[in-house]
Amino acid sequence: MGGWGGGHLWTPPPSPLGLGGDTLCPVRGVTSVCVCPPQLSLRAVNSSRSAFASFLFAPLFFQLYEARGPPPHLELCRCKVLMKSFLGVFRSLPSLEKTVGKCLILLKPRASRLVVQLHCKYGVTKTHNLTFQECERLQAVFDTQRCASSLCAPARVLAEAVVHFPQTLAEVTLAAGPGGKISLRNHVEDEAEPGKTMVTELWLAEDEFQTAAVAPGSRITFCLKEFRGLLTFAEASNLPLTVHYDVPGRPVIFTLEDAVLEVHLVLATLSDPESNLQPPMANGVSHLPAPSDEFADDLGSYMIAMEPPSTYEEGSGVPPIPPFPLCIPDPAESDTEEEEEEEEEEEGAVLGTPPHKKFRSLFFGSVLAPGEPSLAPTLEVLAEDSDGEY
Amino acid sequence: MSSLNLPWHSFEPFPRILSLDPREKSSAPPSRCPFEWASEQLDRSKCKIIAETPLSSSLSFLLQAEIFQEFDVQEDSVTFRINLSVLLDCLTVFGTSALPGTPTALRMCYRGYSYPLMLFLEEGGVVTVCKINTQEPDELLDFDFCSTNVVNKVILQSEGLREAFAELDMTSEVLQITMSPDKPYFRLSTFGNAGSAHLDYPRDSDLMEAFHCNQTQTNRYKISLLKPSTKALALSCEVSIRTDTRGFLSLQYMIRNEDGQICFVEYYCCPDEDIAEAEL
Repeated sequence: MGGWGGGHLWTPPPSPLGLGGDTLCPVRGVTSVCVCPPQLSLRAVNSSRSAFASFLFAPLFFQLYEARGPPPHLELCRCKVLMKSFLGVFRSLPSLEKTVGKCLILLKPRASRLVVQLHCKYGVTKTHNLTFQECERLQAVFDTQRCASSLCAPARVLAEAVVHFPQTLAEVTLAAGPGGKISLRNHVEDEAEPGKTMVTELWLAEDEFQTAAVAPGSRITFCLKEFRGLLTFAEASNLPLTVHYDVPGRPVIFTLEDAVLEVHLVLATLSDPESNLQPPMANGVSHLPAPSDEFADDLGSYMIAMEPPSTYEEGSGVPPIPPFPLCIPDPAESDTEEEEEEEEEEEGAVLGTPPHKKFRSLFFGSVLAPGEPSLAPTLEVLAEDSDGEY
Repeated sequence: MSSLNLPWHSFEPFPRILSLDPREKSSAPPSRCPFEWASEQLDRSKCKIIAETPLSSSLSFLLQAEIFQEFDVQEDSVTFRINLSVLLDCLTVFGTSALPGTPTALRMCYRGYSYPLMLFLEEGGVVTVCKINTQEPDELLDFDFCSTNVVNKVILQSEGLREAFAELDMTSEVLQITMSPDKPYFRLSTFGNAGSAHLDYPRDSDLMEAFHCNQTQTNRYKISLLKPSTKALALSCEVSIRTDTRGFLSLQYMIRNEDGQICFVEYYCCPDEDIAEAEL
């Protein structure tokens, strides 16, 4: 640290910090929060590097910011604090608002301590001296400008939507449908038995969004748990949430912004290399589980997306096809690293597809009514009827 | 023959204080009470139940004669050893939550040496009679904590300490208590994996009912020993914290019941000498 003996000082209102910490927590596997002055920036990345979150608090957010001591050297002080330790300071959030008047954050590089001091009711002072380690600069490389699609909605709209999914659900698929509708559906594993899996799907009308500029037929699948954490924060802070996404495999970026705060959550999405080869085709049949693994390898790479019965876009050039079970086969590759994004001079976080996930297609065939003859030579049983005829 | 008669709700905090917090996970076989045995001491002015805790600490439940409807102890002092889990089970035979409007009455009778302790519990016309075998009293650790040796004393409203105790960093082996006529006045510190944490209560805080500190003292106590008394803190309205010349700690929790009657839970603890100075 050279001769820089001073520390930084901020005195922000405490609860957004606590809430911010709580939001970072669901970024599973995160063990550290990187504090990067001069702005207070909390950043976290999970161990599989498939999720990155950053909270940037502008100097205006704080009542007081001062850097004590001689001016810092070129090398800024960046420190990494154990997530658990940091969150431990902001435990019992509901009472924080009522009991804590002021929060002081002091970075003491020489002593390797991050001091968080809460000034509470009745004159009580809680001082936490957290040990920290220096860390490399933590920055995920992403560019919202490069995303083909974006949506913006009040957090409440999305929060009310995800409440329909079970708490244990790992991944959810967001898709752009016809008529500007946006759908959210739970993502079903390949290994799940098609006939025994519940699929929940809901549609949001275009007018629920403040802005919706999405590529038709686009869809992405990402981790719901981490997203929920962000939604909690977004609702509490009453800010609209913007979603930027591109093709499957490229990260999805969620942002919240106002004058003093900037939050990003970047999540890897399940990749699907053949998704952009053919546009999805409409068929008026409702939802359905993903096809099983045993599908033949030599199928064509077109697929059917499940849409509600309504007209689909022009330009797909293909007439509606009768119910036809099809999917992109699963080549049983294990998760492929996301194509390399350009890195900055220091190491950035490279987002990979979430671990332990084979890449798979996100497209579904239709439900065949029992007894109906199959229309494809290679019929895949997608929905077994209850007496197990198939 | 000693006979004690009191409404249940005076006794009600007792099982709660001594029972295991259901949120605490322990690999030990499930037992409601972390302390298996207790001594019950009766004298003309009070009934005292002293849980057998690990050495170097002591937890007791004190009921003054005044809160009993009937308090009849013939001898100067009667002591016996009793299984605390069994006692708690009997006391809570009608359930652990006090139903409003259905007061439970408790009568305790003890005939004397080698006789069982008789408990009569009545609720809504239903009477339960319990006979609990008693044993020879064990030699109890006398902490010899007397007021004349008290160096520092503060009385705090429990409200201010509850959350603090619940959030104590349990990765710290010790709780360090600093009491001083000068700053920081009254400080609780832990030294855990995350670093150190300090909780300071100024002498002029609204929470401070009484502040009598004569000398700066810093003592450390094993946090595992202190934890069982935090239940009492949750139920109490005030707590008195005293340290004596040897650094022994006395915590007295004042618990007020619905009738406004008071009972006390007393906790004593030796300072921990073994633990080396942790860096700040």
